[in-house]
Amino acid sequence: MNAAVSPVVVAGLDHWFGAGEARKQALFDVSLVLDPGTLTILMGPSGSGKTTLLTLMGCLREVQAGSVRLLGTELAGAPEPVRVGLRRRLGFIFQAHNLHASLTARQNVAMGLAVHGRGDPALQTRAVEHLLRLLGLGERLDYLPDNLSGGQKQRVAVARALVSNPALVFADEPTAALDKESGHTVVAMLRALGRERGTTTVMVTHDNRILDLADRIVTLEDGRIVSDTGRSRSSRPPVRAGVNDPTSPRGDLPSATAATSG
Amino acid sequence: MAKLLGRLFGRLPIGWLQLVHNRTRMAAAIAGVAFANVLVFVQLGMLGALEGTIVATYDPLRADVVIAPGDAETLTDGSLVARSAVWRALAVPGVAAAAPLHLAKVDFTRPDGAIASLQVYGIAPEAEAFVAPALREDLARLRLRDTALLDSATRGLDPDALAAIGPERPYVFEVNGLTLSATGTISLGAGFTADGALVVSDQTFLRLYGQRVSGAPSRVLLRVEPGAVPVAVANAVAARLAGEPVVVSTLEAAMEADLAYQTTQRPVGLIFGFGAAIGVLVGIVIVYQVLSTDVADHLREYATLKAMGYAHPFFLGIVFEEALVLGILGFLPGLALATGIYAVMAGATGLPVEMTLVRASAVFLGTIAACAISGAIATRRLAGADPAELF
Repeated sequence: MNAAVSPVVVAGLDHWFGAGEARKQALFDVSLVLDPGTLTILMGPSGSGKTTLLTLMGCLREVQAGSVRLLGTELAGAPEPVRVGLRRRLGFIFQAHNLHASLTARQNVAMGLAVHGRGDPALQTRAVEHLLRLLGLGERLDYLPDNLSGGQKQRVAVARALVSNPALVFADEPTAALDKESGHTVVAMLRALGRERGTTTVMVTHDNRILDLADRIVTLEDGRIVSDTGRSRSSRPPVRAGVNDPTSPRGDLPSATAATSG
Repeated sequence: MAKLLGRLFGRLPIGWLQLVHNRTRMAAAIAGVAFANVLVFVQLGMLGALEGTIVATYDPLRADVVIAPGDAETLTDGSLVARSAVWRALAVPGVAAAAPLHLAKVDFTRPDGAIASLQVYGIAPEAEAFVAPALREDLARLRLRDTALLDSATRGLDPDALAAIGPERPYVFEVNGLTLSATGTISLGAGFTADGALVVSDQTFLRLYGQRVSGAPSRVLLRVEPGAVPVAVANAVAARLAGEPVVVSTLEAAMEADLAYQTTQRPVGLIFGFGAAIGVLVGIVIVYQVLSTDVADHLREYATLKAMGYAHPFFLGIVFEEALVLGILGFLPGLALATGIYAVMAGATGLPVEMTLVRASAVFLGTIAACAISGAIATRRLAGADPAELF
């Protein structure tokens, strides 16, 4: 990815909820440009619009007014097939992990790969297992979410979001359900994996314990950006993974798996 | 099952995994589909029994064309036909043979004192071409005065006693003040208007009914020449009898008209028809409830998958997979239960309530279709919404 091209460009974004009398504006003229390969944290009190902004950037909500360019594509007025195609290039980690209760950890993560087509089942299996082992879930591959702890579930959700090597990862309070230690672990993993792969990560949180991991902190209040710190840090080139880094080559997970497990 | 579905759909069988993940809910869904099936089967069974008994009244007869009085709606009603129609019809090219048929009902006091109503067929013993092959030998024996063939499935009579009837062991009974000896049996069964049937010769018929005369039978049956087209012959006979108060049609067409009349004009037919329609409707509503509840239960998970980039056909695939599983697993117990209920109904009423392959197949396909369409409708909410609104 060309570092000069920003994966996310938000310009003049407004958003409303409700209709008629109850119509309430949630975002006011929000503009934001993200640099590739960085970890940006969106902060702010409840109702500040940070999750709304995240879901708008993540193609999960229709843009009403203003512009969001995601990986070079304008989202405002984009037809459903375009949005579906973009969603496949993102990894989204949900606040409540949102794992499929009927599927095992392995199957849940595999869903993140299967969306791209059938491919080679053996290679897919290896990629899935490799990532779950990397996240410390090697012993829990065939557990259903109900039989996993909160931290384990969130780690499965992280694996599901990352397994297809997305260019962008959006995370909505990934640590909300976790204790301090596992919260930190999950975000640290997220950042490490992101850096290795040159992934741009945007995270909504009001968890102060993980702020030290961020490249940039954007704070929203009442639907407006009120502070934007650490921006200079993002101007340095993103940490690029070396050739020997097993998880580096995009779309080449199986060989990565082989290299790591060797 | 999971492997089969995985191969069938070319992906992880999520629908199946969702179903087996919550066995209680799956059992409830299957029970719902099975109940809908039983409901539809019972209603269709009653309608089918009505149709079966109507068709059964034609069973003993073999004819190509029938001349009926103009006011007849069914085989067993209407006024009489002038016997001259026999000779006039025989003069029409293509008509090979003609025979008068006398029809009436008679009350028969059963050994237990209850009254059974028998449908009486009076036909000349030599008119064997006009009766079913199984009756021909017995019909010839009816030349003996006051002999009859009694319905072996007459409602309320001891089936063993009826089964034992033969030329050497006649069953003697009295109707209309006349003592008859049944020297053979006919198997027609009870219907909605009669409890059984009785076949006698035309002469015995006229002895039973003093007010009836040989000059005025109920119907005139015709056989056509080999190679002649019954419909054409019926038209030709109708033309010859123009001006007479009669209707000429093929026996087939007369039966169809009878069926149509009794199932759509008569109260019993209307009620069963409505019952079947309501049964199917309620069945569809139950199946829709089952499928839409299932979709609602998984909406959050579907929304997550949608957020990951899965498109609508994928969710339709999951729902169709569940529809297929629930349709099959609900149909099998439904079919078994309905077959049992049919046996009980047939035993209690003597009506021909039977499971047929056509009905079972139709209900099966209808179940799968109703499940699939219900599921497809239920996923529309998913199609129209942004994923973020569904979490």
